[in-house]
Amino acid sequence: MSHDRDHAHNAHAPIEEHQAMTAYEKRACAIESLLLEKGIITADELRQQLEEIDAITPALGAKVVARAWVDPAFKIRLLADAKEAIAELGIATDALTTLVAVENTPHIHNVVVCTLCSCYPTTLLGLPPDWYKSLNYRSRVVVAPREVLREFGTELPSDIEVRVYDSTADMRYLVIPERPTGAEHTREEELAELVTRDSMIGVAKARLPVKS
Amino acid sequence: MEPKFKPGDVVRIREDYPARHFRTPGYVQGKTGTIAAVHNAFRNPESLAYGGDGLPRQYLYLVYLTQTHLWEHYTAAQDKLYIDIYEHWLERA
Amino acid sequence: MRHVHDRGGWPDVGAVNPTEHNYTVWEKRIHALMRVLTRHHLFRVDEMRRTIESMTLHDYETLSYYERWITAIEHLMIEKGVLTCKEIEERIAQVETLQR
Repeated sequence: MSHDRDHAHNAHAPIEEHQAMTAYEKRACAIESLLLEKGIITADELRQQLEEIDAITPALGAKVVARAWVDPAFKIRLLADAKEAIAELGIATDALTTLVAVENTPHIHNVVVCTLCSCYPTTLLGLPPDWYKSLNYRSRVVVAPREVLREFGTELPSDIEVRVYDSTADMRYLVIPERPTGAEHTREEELAELVTRDSMIGVAKARLPVKS
Repeated sequence: MEPKFKPGDVVRIREDYPARHFRTPGYVQGKTGTIAAVHNAFRNPESLAYGGDGLPRQYLYLVYLTQTHLWEHYTAAQDKLYIDIYEHWLERA
Repeated sequence: MRHVHDRGGWPDVGAVNPTEHNYTVWEKRIHALMRVLTRHHLFRVDEMRRTIESMTLHDYETLSYYERWITAIEHLMIEKGVLTCKEIEERIAQVETLQR
């Protein structure tokens, strides 16, 4: 059958994996192979999307945050129009993305969720973690954000304003965490290493610099 | 086509549970908030979800609500919930 | 009445478990498949959502994230007349045969 050869050609899917597929994986395999066979999609298109998926990690978002920390004018542009600002760093966004950056300050702490599904700034952070998509997080972070943050090890002062962003529409929200204390003289590339994915979702703060 | 609301306007989010796809969560329905920002006009997902063209476009607004207004046992009075709501779900409060 | 996907504030099930796993090969392939199909305008993301939202509560809560996705993709491929139930089931049977 031609679909075998299509699978053999796809470097991401060695034929051996047929041995251990779950019921839904077999269903996915069947649907994918039918669509390939009918020419609705091509193996190259799938491969390209897989490469794009693998290419994006939170390091991309961290690069944006680090630049915002060292360059106040860039930060202003980022907060005004995130999509245009990140294009300055050579980061491509497709037409589907409408990105909004929200800044954590000593007075405001932002955290992002999608209570209805799993909307997430994948363009900058890659694929979301399971917990972000979980029914628990979606239900709980809107009603008890301080408790949820505590569960992630993040304690907030009682007088700070916590803002939960529920991404219900086309906007995708990226949190710009606060620049950690002790990192005032750290170089941009090292600053980016302090910016964790969780700090850009808002459940954590950026890492503290390692004291030398 | 101009947006109906502007930042600072106080609005109420309508209550409705149509059988079809919509993007206004139940926990904010019937609640009052303030327009924080006006986004662009977007194609309506309620129509797009069924292969429709999503027209006419609806303005999308960033609305903030106070958490103590949303949840009975919430205590931190300064905390807020920010959410994107389409114009046809909003009415002047 | 709440739709199955409308989860803000419901239900209250206690602490968030900060679990994550490395995406499996098939999860990424399903994600890639969705992207290719939407880029071909065979369906929109809104249609995927609508399909997932129309699942039963039981299915919504027991299927994994990507199991919901492939269920929705299958549903939409049939709805749009791109694939038929019969050919999907026949192909699954062939895939199962390959495993032996």
